[in-house]
Amino acid sequence: MRTENTTPILEVRGLKVAYGGIQAVKGIDLQVREGELVSLIGANGAGKTTTLNTLAGVVPHNGGVIRYAGEDIGKLPSHLRLRRGLALVPEGRGIFTRLTVAENLQTGAYTRRDTDGIAADMEKVFTLLPRVKERLNQVAGTLSGGEQQMVAIGRALLSRPQVLLLDEPSMGLAPLIVEKIFEVIHSITREGMGVLLVEQNANLALEVSERAYVMEGGRVTLEGTGKALLDDPKVRSAYLGEEIEELAA
Amino acid sequence: METFLQQILNGLVSGSIYALVALGYTMVYGILGLINFAHGELVMIGALVALQTVTLLSGAFPELHPVFLLLAGVGVAVPVCMVVGYLIERIGYRRLRNAPRLAPLITAIGVSFLLQTLAMIIWGREFHVFPQLVSTTPMQPMDGVVVSPLQIFTIVVALALMGGLMLLVNKSRLGRAMRATAENHRVAGLMGINANGVIAATFIIGSGLAALAGVLYASNYAIAHYAMGFTPGLKAFTAAVLGGIGNLPGAMVGGLVLGLVESFGAGYIEHLTFGFLNSSYQDIFAFMILGAVLIFRPSGLLGERVADRA
Repeated sequence: MRTENTTPILEVRGLKVAYGGIQAVKGIDLQVREGELVSLIGANGAGKTTTLNTLAGVVPHNGGVIRYAGEDIGKLPSHLRLRRGLALVPEGRGIFTRLTVAENLQTGAYTRRDTDGIAADMEKVFTLLPRVKERLNQVAGTLSGGEQQMVAIGRALLSRPQVLLLDEPSMGLAPLIVEKIFEVIHSITREGMGVLLVEQNANLALEVSERAYVMEGGRVTLEGTGKALLDDPKVRSAYLGEEIEELAA
Repeated sequence: METFLQQILNGLVSGSIYALVALGYTMVYGILGLINFAHGELVMIGALVALQTVTLLSGAFPELHPVFLLLAGVGVAVPVCMVVGYLIERIGYRRLRNAPRLAPLITAIGVSFLLQTLAMIIWGREFHVFPQLVSTTPMQPMDGVVVSPLQIFTIVVALALMGGLMLLVNKSRLGRAMRATAENHRVAGLMGINANGVIAATFIIGSGLAALAGVLYASNYAIAHYAMGFTPGLKAFTAAVLGGIGNLPGAMVGGLVLGLVESFGAGYIEHLTFGFLNSSYQDIFAFMILGAVLIFRPSGLLGERVADRA
């Protein structure tokens, strides 16, 4: 695990977001370091997705600071945040359904001009996600949910982000595919990318994460290592419910 | 049979011009969901700016070759229309992007009046003769069929432009960004695409096509006038709806089909109505088609039946 003295690449202080007339995020602090897998868990409506959307520049914030690689990026539009190296795979994947898989991947590399580097990264994505390669010339709207999620992740990786924000990558997918996607997430952090993961499946998220934050009603109520939170009785009763008892039995 | 071939030829000439203008409507609709009713005025501005350029140049240098004059006219008209198209989007529509749909629609009509009035102030209310820069001397490839170099030129240029646009949209980086933005502005931004830039580019490209269509239109009718954009604008809108608004091949097919229907309608309307209506009523066909499409197949010939997929 990375030590605490590495400066975080993504640093959020006192972030507040008003969304649809309510204060959805009420002042949270969080950090992501290089190569670190951090997850953000909590019940529906806790403000997890709003937080990710705000970090990526899709939703404006009304308080606090978002610092990326030392720079205050809070006022930048989303396309400029991506150019800095901060990518979001949005909730529901956000695949361009009318474009082919290959074209979806190419839009991921939109900001890049290094043809050779793109080709090399394309190969990397294919190694990581062989299913994507098989579907390359298919219109993306015809893919299964799992395949679309893989395209969404592959597309984000092609922008060569330093920090990847992932919103519910397991949503609606079969367990086997979820496992595959988590393997991919794990292997990209090994290459030095920081990942901030929002997950409904708290058990799975805490197992793979180095650190995690628990959100409740727009606030971070708990934070710690994935392991510590897994063992925390409050987390177990509130978010892991029956699952952990089954595992223990 | 000869009349039949002649009608096809005439239909392709006007149809290819409608198609060029229809592409502008459909591109903007595809990316913004907005009917840019000011688009027809760009046809007029293109024609009048080209005419002004040609008049000034041929006045100063009377010995200039017509081909050069045509190129110069186009060379000025296209950039001018691109700038006007950009300004329409930047000043008129951008702020209204999240407004109720009626607001930009009314703005579009307002912009249309504004541009017409400005053109009237600059060029007056009179009809201007548009010079013959491409020969209109009729040739007779077969008995009863008359075709001029200008007509062939019109069809060839329009088809080449359509082919070029299809390549741009389907094969280029900008085209990919346009299609991505059309499908989802928000996610396009997450890919590093500047949606505002792509939308501006869409207006600029559509306006350039409208300028060229304006020059071709004015050349074929030998006339230019501050209100000349209205009719081709409305017909091109019809063509875009006929093909399926938002669908590029649809706009091309719609334009050509509309041109052919009008041409056959004009050719046979006297027989069909036993002499009651003559060919000057040809405009009714465009709007009969518009009505029929909106009633029976609102998604158009090539449009998607479903409004929006997930």
